[in-house]
Amino acid sequence: MSGIGRVLIAVYGVLALAATGRSFVQIASKFDEAPLAYTLSALAAVVYIVATIALVRPGLAWYRVAWATIVFEFTGVIVIGTLSIVFPELFPHDTVWSRFGAGYLFIPLVLPVLGMWWLARHRPTSRADAS
Amino acid sequence: MIEWFTWVQLIVAVAAGLLCIGMGLAGRVPSDLTIGALALVEVLLIVQVVVAFVAPALGNEPTGSVLEFGTYLVGALILPPAAAFWALLERNRWSTVILGVAALSVGVMVFRMFQIWTVQQA
Repeated sequence: MSGIGRVLIAVYGVLALAATGRSFVQIASKFDEAPLAYTLSALAAVVYIVATIALVRPGLAWYRVAWATIVFEFTGVIVIGTLSIVFPELFPHDTVWSRFGAGYLFIPLVLPVLGMWWLARHRPTSRADAS
Repeated sequence: MIEWFTWVQLIVAVAAGLLCIGMGLAGRVPSDLTIGALALVEVLLIVQVVVAFVAPALGNEPTGSVLEFGTYLVGALILPPAAAFWALLERNRWSTVILGVAALSVGVMVFRMFQIWTVQQA
């Protein structure tokens, strides 16, 4: 992994840290208030961590993992973002994806798009090198 | 948290972030200046840890969740060393940009910490 892709990974790492931190706080202090939202937070955090690792690792297998996790994130932010606006009563508490990630400067919405663009342009070759 | 110190910390973090991103986009590899800027951000965070422990004893108590505050503080402490470590492993212009991203993230986190300390949320 080289070039500007490393900045992408760095931002993924920061988002993984932010999502993990928030979900840790939510589950440790007030899980009973909104089990659905907080379980989603934790799931999102794990997926961001896996996506970060998959982007760093070379090889075709990790490339596929990166695609899967990034598509999952994109689906999550679109579905949960829409639901949180259309049916706000379903999500009385914030998740990383609520309101399309507005609580995180819309980074959760923008990042998967950049990630998919980057992956599409950097298919691993026979060199077994994802960069 | 001490308000003026927090503002100093915020300004330093944002300035360090812009400096590193600027230098990186200009094609500079990580230097003593950019790594030093991150070191300064980290030192201020360590001072903030001391402040956070001492302030409540002096009557300056957090109004929000201590757990949330602490999670932000620990997360912020990890960022500058992680970015600097990566910058030393692989020295190119993008590692300088990453130093800047880390410093700006610390700035955002310090701001959130300040909100948790001073503004009680519903």
